[in-house]
Amino acid sequence: MAKHTLSTRIWHWLNLACVVTLFMSGLTISNAHPRLYWGKWGFAEGQEWLAVPRFPDWMTIPGHYSLATARDWHILAAWPFALLLLFAWVAMLANRHFTRDVATTRAERRPSAIWADTRAHLKFDFDHGGGKYNVLQKLAYGVVLGVFLPGMVLTGIAISPGMGPSFSWLIELMGGRQSARSLHFIFAFGLFGFFLVHTGLVLASGPVRQIRDMITGGRTDAA
Amino acid sequence: MRRRNFLAAAGALYASGCNRIAETAPGASLLNAADGWHRAAHRLLNPPGALAPEYTTADISPFFRGNGSVNPGDGDYREQAATGFANWRLRVGGLVERPMELSLDDIRALPQRSQITRHDCVEGWSAIGEWTGPQLRVLLDQAGLKREARFIVFRCADELSGAAYYESVDLEDARHPQTIVAHMLNGAPLPVRNGAPLRMRIERQLGYKQAKYLTGIEAVASLEGIGGGKGGYWEDRAGYQWYAGI
Repeated sequence: MAKHTLSTRIWHWLNLACVVTLFMSGLTISNAHPRLYWGKWGFAEGQEWLAVPRFPDWMTIPGHYSLATARDWHILAAWPFALLLLFAWVAMLANRHFTRDVATTRAERRPSAIWADTRAHLKFDFDHGGGKYNVLQKLAYGVVLGVFLPGMVLTGIAISPGMGPSFSWLIELMGGRQSARSLHFIFAFGLFGFFLVHTGLVLASGPVRQIRDMITGGRTDAA
Repeated sequence: MRRRNFLAAAGALYASGCNRIAETAPGASLLNAADGWHRAAHRLLNPPGALAPEYTTADISPFFRGNGSVNPGDGDYREQAATGFANWRLRVGGLVERPMELSLDDIRALPQRSQITRHDCVEGWSAIGEWTGPQLRVLLDQAGLKREARFIVFRCADELSGAAYYESVDLEDARHPQTIVAHMLNGAPLPVRNGAPLRMRIERQLGYKQAKYLTGIEAVASLEGIGGGKGGYWEDRAGYQWYAGI
């Protein structure tokens, strides 16, 4: 049996391309008005909870300041991103990948178990725990799949004025459009943080094997 | 430092890859088409007459920011402003049965709608204000749209960098109940900064659609041949999306 199913592998790489495109074009959009507010409105210096630094051109799409081009990419990539996320959730629930590998068990959720797993990570010991993923891994994947990624879609809908009529409840739920915009930014940087840690841990735990397995599928008995 | 350089190189490589794709014909048409997909999805999920959120007086922001032209010096605008826009005329024409020319008194004599709505700039900020004016659909019904009319073009008194500002919407947005020709903001005549004496409110789209210093409303069959042909000043000049509901 493969370590990663075909649906997981396809989603993983296509989702990476979408998220990178959305993140880099999103940084240009942030540069257009680098202040974040809470509430329904916000438009000027002094009202913000965060003055966002200007992101350098090399971090952005298209690589120079063009709000229109960045929005083109953002608006395009949002489609495959959202549809693939839907596909990933349907596949993950249908083939029981979620319940078997990602959902935590009661035993794993005990503070002592989480502490033991944390200590193992700090010692760079990655071959522990009985299942495919250890508890910190499960929690990280769970937050990414269950909060950050769908959160990007929902906050994106709440920011779009054309969605206002049917989704005013969602805007209210988030505390207003400027709060939704702030959450959009926070979730994006949550994903960026995950990306850095995830890439770092892959590099620390046998990058050639890890990346190969996410492309070819790998084998569970070899893991 | 080396890791940062690696990230910078990877980022620049990815961005230049995207730019390469954008330069190809299929890439460019995909990027142009995506706002239309959002419009279709928005129209599917939001019934034609459903209203954008309206707020209470307590939600009104303490100031209503102006962007783009905030004090036009074009034509006789300043003289008009000095006389309280007594001679301002709004022309309703193009593909209509009965072209009209309305003074501000004519506009104020029509049935009025007041709405406290949120204004979202394409850059990201929002302000909330109360707008008052007649619904555009009342004007269009009085003038009588011809069958060929498919878009409504808004003509403005201001120029930016030497080109006249204009905007356009399709008939669904033109006929939306919250699409009004506003002459008041928060119970007072529009400030010059916010488009005095008349501006459009199209509440399901971004700020650049809300044409200010309004002089004309024109029904057309196609946006070709108007300005740069893309349906609006920023669409022509910077490539902004014509559908600005995203």
